[in-house]
Amino acid sequence: MAVTTPFRVLWVQGGGCGGCTQSLLCAERPLVDELRDAGIEFVWHPALSQETGAEALELLAGCADGTIPFDALCVEGAMLRGPAGSGRFQLLSGSGRPLAEWVGRLARRARWVFAVGSCTAWGGFSANAPGNPLEACGLQYDTDEPGGLLGSEFRAGADLPVVNIAGCPAHPGWIVDTLEMAAQGALTAADLDELGRPLLFAEQLVHHGCSRNEYYEFKASAQKHADLGCLMENLGCKGTQAHADCNLRPWNGSGSCLRGGFACIACTEPGFEAPGHGFQETPKVAGIPIGLPTDMPKAWFVALAALSKSATPRRVRENASADHPVVRPAVRKGRGK
Amino acid sequence: MTRLVLGPFNRVEGDLEVILEVDGGVVREARINSPLFRGFEMLLVGRPAADALVVAPRICGICSVAQSAAAAAALAAAAGIAPAANGLLVRHLVQGTENLADHLTHFYLFFMPDFARPDYAGRPWHAAVASRFAALRGGAAAEVLAARAGLLRIMGLLAGRWPHTLALQPGGSTRAVGSGERVRLRSILREFRAFLERRLFGDALEAVAGLATRDALLAWADGRDADFPAFVAAALDLGLDRIGDAGVPFLSYGAYGLFPGGLVQAGEARVFDPGAIAEDASSAWLADDGPLHPARGETLPLADKAGGYTWCKAPRLAGDACEVGAFARQVVAGHPLARDLVASGASVLGRVTGRMLELARVVPAMEAWVGALQPGEPFCLVAGLPEEGAGAGLVEAARGSLGHWLSIRRGRIERYQIVAPTTWNFSPRDRAGNPGPLERALVGLPAGDGAPPTVQHVVRSFDPCMACTVH
Repeated sequence: MAVTTPFRVLWVQGGGCGGCTQSLLCAERPLVDELRDAGIEFVWHPALSQETGAEALELLAGCADGTIPFDALCVEGAMLRGPAGSGRFQLLSGSGRPLAEWVGRLARRARWVFAVGSCTAWGGFSANAPGNPLEACGLQYDTDEPGGLLGSEFRAGADLPVVNIAGCPAHPGWIVDTLEMAAQGALTAADLDELGRPLLFAEQLVHHGCSRNEYYEFKASAQKHADLGCLMENLGCKGTQAHADCNLRPWNGSGSCLRGGFACIACTEPGFEAPGHGFQETPKVAGIPIGLPTDMPKAWFVALAALSKSATPRRVRENASADHPVVRPAVRKGRGK
Repeated sequence: MTRLVLGPFNRVEGDLEVILEVDGGVVREARINSPLFRGFEMLLVGRPAADALVVAPRICGICSVAQSAAAAAALAAAAGIAPAANGLLVRHLVQGTENLADHLTHFYLFFMPDFARPDYAGRPWHAAVASRFAALRGGAAAEVLAARAGLLRIMGLLAGRWPHTLALQPGGSTRAVGSGERVRLRSILREFRAFLERRLFGDALEAVAGLATRDALLAWADGRDADFPAFVAAALDLGLDRIGDAGVPFLSYGAYGLFPGGLVQAGEARVFDPGAIAEDASSAWLADDGPLHPARGETLPLADKAGGYTWCKAPRLAGDACEVGAFARQVVAGHPLARDLVASGASVLGRVTGRMLELARVVPAMEAWVGALQPGEPFCLVAGLPEEGAGAGLVEAARGSLGHWLSIRRGRIERYQIVAPTTWNFSPRDRAGNPGPLERALVGLPAGDGAPPTVQHVVRSFDPCMACTVH
């Protein structure tokens, strides 16, 4: 379908690591081709655009005062309001003004505002130094409390709150698909969850499609790093609680945290940066993990775990505590029935 | 004297402001402001020691694995253990993947678009370079993004994802590799090699790695139809082989067990003593108790401090500013072409050539590391972290030397200090008034109305990573 009016995206970076842009550049189809063909163009992107210095400032000022029209504001990184509300922990270079102030002005001109990554959505690690000396926050959240830089009542021109493409980093597909939905006018309130995250990735759990599911079913758990078993019982995995489709939509060709052998730390959830325990440990009470799977009553989980542990096949049990399969699935004569 | 403030200085990783005092169209003084403060050293303190593996990579989205490797190495040093042999090979492979992807991103997406500027419209090479490298629109962008994403499939296999993996642990790596996956790793590397040989170099990697002198490089590049040779032609035309020297020693901690580390000062190899590193915060908006070794360092913001002009500290080695990065790494490791180029000082041409040499040298090494993996042997040893202890992790990121210094008390992080590559290169003046490497390299360059974008080339030749700088 020919798209005649481009969907114009302005991208700015707050207090963050730039990793969501780096992740975005890993998009399956080269980003420049995909966006162009979908009718999306960057008004400016700090890592990618030609314009620098005064030319870039002119563009940003034009967007902020309404003389340069644009559709979407993508913000990457936490909003740093400190010290003492001055915003001086991040001045937009060349402008002498706080980046957070720029974002406030730009957001009011945008038809859509996207918080790219968990820092931008919730504050993330930036907001987690003891006492939050950076006075960091997300665009519309202070961790899991509505508010943030723009306030809970904020609505962008197209009448949606900030769309939270959470994740640390966000998956390139989450960003590209969400932008394309908006460009097609197809992104509505019904497409977002309670925390403003697009359902296109947030209606799944990381657990869905996990390559360790057989180990999970039998509660055949990894004991140490590199073991093949389920990482929930001992190594801190929150895949059964975290909203994201990481095991259905692979990272970098074939990967996911679980496939890489390490725990899901629920990086799409507000507050993931302060779990209250070591990230790679599972907090337990009386030997039972306290972080039970979403939607599962505790008594059921305990009963099911006891039953499945007692029924674990030898193959699953032995492979769970090895770093490569030591027992192969049996090969039977005849066709599968 | 006119003051020029260049910002937002984009197509670098993170936030950068360059302040120039210009007189008669020439830079007389330069100051580099890193205008963002991240505070990661503060948020690491008090956490369980192993949490450094989750927190540290998030300092930087482009050097994420280098931060992982430094944290894992510092924890391993505190625990007094070494990783499994396979785990060490995986660490080399994922660090090599990140470093090479970064070199490619820098050349194609950050650095070359400046040569597409209309300022150069009259130059014989301009039309071809503009059509290939114009930001976002040039023909090379889609090709390089495909090649880069293809290479980063190694991360999908070995590290789960990129950026921000937890696969690198003090005892090794969490993802064991089987013989089937080795085939896929070889296939990914073959595809990447084909891109480099066809589009970037127009020649075999081994031929590029074998270039031993400046004259050999120029003869090799002359008339060759590929991207690096196109840069060499433009660089010679613009005199970029003669500008950008900072006049400081070159430092490398050594990489992959392949490039030895050390210090080169005034053309002579010197002994590198990590104990002689000290960070000076006199020009930073940070509390300053005198230059401190990072094992004793502090990071306390003071936004109103008089004399401060950046959030970046000034690391010094025995009082000297040092240049770090791919060129420094190749100079220190003794590559003959790097040594020949540096005889007339560091330059824009030299720094870019350093990255190109690494693309040519590290891919064959990665092919060998894949071959050396031993499926069935352990990838990760069990590493009990101590309740009390201290350690340092010194690694090489794409942009140069990265160090983590930590101490652990009652199982928790008591102190965590990071000295990142661009902290070295873009450091401010120290208490003796000695400028940092970029501040020195910019002096004497043309700037102001009507000046060519020379300052842009020199700044970006360092491939700065500001996110790391202001961790």
